[in-house]
Amino acid sequence: MTSTSVIDELKKAQIIELLEQGKRVDGRTLEESREISIEINAIPKANGSARVRLGDTEVVCGVKIQPDRPFPDTGDKGLFICTAELLPLSHPTVETGPPQPPVIELARVVDRGIRESHMVDVSQLVIQKDKSVIGVFADNVVVDYDGNLFDACSYATAAALLASKTPKWDMVDDVPTLVEGGEFQLPTNTIPVSVTMGKIGNHIIVDPNGDEWDSMDARITITSDSDGNICALQKGGSDGFTQEEINQCGEISVRVGSKIREKLKSCQQESQ
Amino acid sequence: MGGRAATMVLLDENGIRCDGRKIDEPRRIMIKAGGLKNADGSAYIEFGDNKILVGVFGPRDVHPKHMSNTDTGILRVRYHMEPFSVGERKNPAPSRREIEISKVIKEALEPAVMLEKFPRTAVDVFIEVLQADGGTRCAALSAASVALADAGIPMRDMVAACAAGKVADTIVLDVNNEEDQAGQADMPIGYMPNLEKITLLQLDGVLTPEEYKKCVQVGVDGCKIVYDIQKKALNDKYFGNGGD
Repeated sequence: MTSTSVIDELKKAQIIELLEQGKRVDGRTLEESREISIEINAIPKANGSARVRLGDTEVVCGVKIQPDRPFPDTGDKGLFICTAELLPLSHPTVETGPPQPPVIELARVVDRGIRESHMVDVSQLVIQKDKSVIGVFADNVVVDYDGNLFDACSYATAAALLASKTPKWDMVDDVPTLVEGGEFQLPTNTIPVSVTMGKIGNHIIVDPNGDEWDSMDARITITSDSDGNICALQKGGSDGFTQEEINQCGEISVRVGSKIREKLKSCQQESQ
Repeated sequence: MGGRAATMVLLDENGIRCDGRKIDEPRRIMIKAGGLKNADGSAYIEFGDNKILVGVFGPRDVHPKHMSNTDTGILRVRYHMEPFSVGERKNPAPSRREIEISKVIKEALEPAVMLEKFPRTAVDVFIEVLQADGGTRCAALSAASVALADAGIPMRDMVAACAAGKVADTIVLDVNNEEDQAGQADMPIGYMPNLEKITLLQLDGVLTPEEYKKCVQVGVDGCKIVYDIQKKALNDKYFGNGGD
């Protein structure tokens, strides 16, 4: 997404100049996320779904739930797998073809945030131990790009999982068989919220938009859970952070995350 | 092999870990600068049971040409594990994990390398993991820094790397494979000691805000231990008897 042109350099200069005065290009404060709007169950054929707009970044997440074979070493747990993809209609520079390293990183960071928080209670998703378990697949597609895909995908995934209902299966003649009317709310333990911060010069900004994203020296994505603990982190970009900045980012992520969590909680209530 | 020992004691009452280390003690680290004849710079690291070889080429012409940048040189990193490096044979094709690690190591090295001095060129770093035993990305990053220095590429500092983590409710330095599998959190850190900058940072596992700060501190202190070993490796090659 980074193309160097005269316009980009001018934008970057403007962004830095404004930050020196404590301001941002779109009028936000440094610790302010963009407007988040969440529409749950936008895709009725999915077991749960969410369409999330974070400013002008838009992501659709669909959750599909189906019987699967467990991993050999975790026969007493269901599966949770999360992916993310950048669609060619999301930005003029996105091409079709195998995913590039930034998209692979995106998918893995979003997956790690949800997984490490133990949001999905996989211990309750066993049909028959070591034989058959319930698999939960959360697939994100980015349909419009304006920076910070990490958080947009993370919120979409969390919202879609909170809105998910899983069918019930029983083993009949060694085959998982659907139990009509046995649907239940997907069991979850916590609501993870990722907060991505960009570093431009010596300034730390929350939820960089597309122009800010292209001007960043480095970034950090920190996921916290409902207890205010930190459960996943990823630093990126071609510069470093001081130890003090890392501590500061940790505090910001918990603080900003708790506000966003309230928004996600309402998805759960809405779907029940 | 054959499943984890369910009864393994990760931390005993005397504060000794499953491999006999204290909580703030790294595994045995040996770094050798140079060693490969054809590479412009190289390094070999043994970090506990990890064995990793790094070769550096460049600055050299960029191929394919469209990747080159008229303003600066570019850094390319490939982290690759051999099929025989882990318990069960690994498919030799690059996995998504390896692609992500290549990217984070590249971004950890970029702040250290003065690429702007070599516009239109590329510096290629090839990392080959011959044997893996937990913490390969940190060991690989530490070795890659030494290999870049060995190649004579101008640098602001070397990146030293070490992981910290939470094992048996305690923050420990340099999480090994067993601790990573059974432990509660793993935080790999890459750090430039002279510039006091953290250039690689990841975390999986749950930490309270206090543990988070402590974990960063323990990891940074570990990086400083690794840094001394990196400097010694370069000293041994260029100022000692180990020159080749």
